[in-house]
Amino acid sequence: MDLKDKLISSFMAFENKVDVEHPVHDIRSEAFKNFEEKGFPTKKEEAWKYTSLKNLQKIDFSIFPKEVDALENKQVKKYFLQEIDTYKIVFVDGIYSSFLSETTHDGVDICLMSAALTKPMYKPIIEVYFNKVASKDESLTSLNTAFSREGAFIYIPKNKMPKKPVEIVHFSTGNEASLMLQPRNLIVAEENAELQVIERHQSLTSNEVLTNVVTEIFAAENAIIDYYKIQNDLKTASMIDNTYINQKSNSVVKVHTFSFGGKLTRNNLNFYQNGEHIDSTMKGVTILGDKQHVDHHTLVHHIEPNCESHQDYKGIYGENSTGVFNGKIIVDKIAQKTNAFQQNNNILISDKATINTKPQLEIFADDVKCSHGCTIGQLDEDALFYLQSRGIPKKEARALLMYAFANNVLESVRISELKTSINRLIAEKLGVRLGFDL
Amino acid sequence: MLKISNLHAGIEDNEILKGIDLEVKAGEVHAIMGPNGSGKSTLASVIAGKEEYEITAGSVVLEGEDLEDASPEERAHKGIFLSFQYPVEIPGVSVTNFMKTAINEGRKAKGLEDMPAKDMLKMIREKAELLEIDRKFLSRSLNEGFSGGEKKRNEIFQMAMLEPKLAILDETDSGLDIDALRIVANGVNKLKSKDNAVIVITHYQRLLDYIVPDFVHVLHQGKIVKSGTKELAHELEEKGYDWIKQETAV
Repeated sequence: MDLKDKLISSFMAFENKVDVEHPVHDIRSEAFKNFEEKGFPTKKEEAWKYTSLKNLQKIDFSIFPKEVDALENKQVKKYFLQEIDTYKIVFVDGIYSSFLSETTHDGVDICLMSAALTKPMYKPIIEVYFNKVASKDESLTSLNTAFSREGAFIYIPKNKMPKKPVEIVHFSTGNEASLMLQPRNLIVAEENAELQVIERHQSLTSNEVLTNVVTEIFAAENAIIDYYKIQNDLKTASMIDNTYINQKSNSVVKVHTFSFGGKLTRNNLNFYQNGEHIDSTMKGVTILGDKQHVDHHTLVHHIEPNCESHQDYKGIYGENSTGVFNGKIIVDKIAQKTNAFQQNNNILISDKATINTKPQLEIFADDVKCSHGCTIGQLDEDALFYLQSRGIPKKEARALLMYAFANNVLESVRISELKTSINRLIAEKLGVRLGFDL
Repeated sequence: MLKISNLHAGIEDNEILKGIDLEVKAGEVHAIMGPNGSGKSTLASVIAGKEEYEITAGSVVLEGEDLEDASPEERAHKGIFLSFQYPVEIPGVSVTNFMKTAINEGRKAKGLEDMPAKDMLKMIREKAELLEIDRKFLSRSLNEGFSGGEKKRNEIFQMAMLEPKLAILDETDSGLDIDALRIVANGVNKLKSKDNAVIVITHYQRLLDYIVPDFVHVLHQGKIVKSGTKELAHELEEKGYDWIKQETAV
């Protein structure tokens, strides 16, 4: 049985586990129909030209994870930020781990999707926000919606800011030979609220994992959200990340994506600017080796005038790795005075590595500033010689140059402990010890 | 200290150095002058080990050891330093961190432990003072947004930190105003000792008023066509390079 059939036949079993009378279930059923009709995207579709899900569909993934023994803190400690305190929403094989988590209802709600979807007090929020920005057309998003039950739920009321950043962490333990996870996150920052989130998916064994995650983010007027995605998973873990962001006037949302690991990673990052003077930033550093594959598909839809968007993605591709960057910017006819910038720079450090990069600009307004640029190059030999001539060995010199290349993406990381930990990951990924914390 | 014999080198099939002989002893300052395109920077790069240059004949020997197979970093560890005409910008890596890395890599190559942080900071402070470098400057990204003068001063600061046996200053005076030139030259002079040597590559005599050479060599079309003392530099300044070119043609 292929994966689509398995998912279809699992839906009935899923319906036994949830409240089918809840209004959300109508949304699920609609979404299920859409997935049933469309199935998994194929390479024939333009948006999936360079990323094939064919091999993943041959794997016999378990759809309903078994509950596992609690993980010990010391086993997983290193996957959390060490130096600062954070709120934590932690899942083990898709199931909430209260032991590893630290949630709160103190003025803000940092808790679980399952609670938000079942408790009456959250009903008004769910009615307003759930599945309101996520695509109803895209089949993998529909698949997630159909099976949506658990994930992170964050609600920051007007003028509030949580005391500390929030970490959303998904562990998979290898309890199943192969496991499919479909977390569903909903994040709402009301007027003037502020929030920092770090999301990470981590498998603890080399059993196959496929995660199809959907995150909806709503930033109301003047809200500020920083969202960091750390993708440093094992080489048997694949992920399809679907993130949808709805912004209102004067809000600022920044999404940083650090892609260093995994087998196949697809990032669908979509911004919708429903207001004026909005700032949307998406930045990424991708460092790949082996046969790893990462596909960044970004979309910024400028719907109203006087807004900005900034995209800056840096990629370093080694060995047989492959990368895709597809950045789409739509500027509606009334969205005058839009400033939209897009930059994608890549370094290929192996003859066998590949990057496909494509800007896609659809501009219907006439008074706008839009720029895009993509480069594909090698490391600068003169710069390498400069570093070597100071006694820095070639390997370390190359690493230093790669770090420098990716640096301006790191500069805008506003949690310094996170920056340090990403620097460490980069040094690890590049296989060097540089004698100082980068 | 350094002995270059019948050195022929170039890029691909293009021979740039066509038989250079040069001997530099400890304690000496040599100036290499010459018109544009005479091979001055190539000579500097070949001594420092830039891989794109191929040595087709002859040798470069440092303290009895042929450098032909040594990588640039190995040459640095043996005590060769090249001050670049165009230093490279490295965003995100501070001057301090860059120097820590360079020094500790050098120590690692010699089988030594990392320099203790305290000693490192002390050394950085002392050497920065020597080059009249502000402390704020040290936390800036290496060469990023530096003025021409700051870049050159930073090169000599690195030289001061690495304490090379043989320093090659490639057009260190270009792009410097008179104050920066004085600071840079003063730094070099203070670092000078009987145990090390300096090769100053320059187009103009100006720098040699500050860093006084024991010998001056004129490079033209990949060969040293004339050698002399510092008076030769004055003569060149007065008459230009044309008379050398004519003399060589004859």
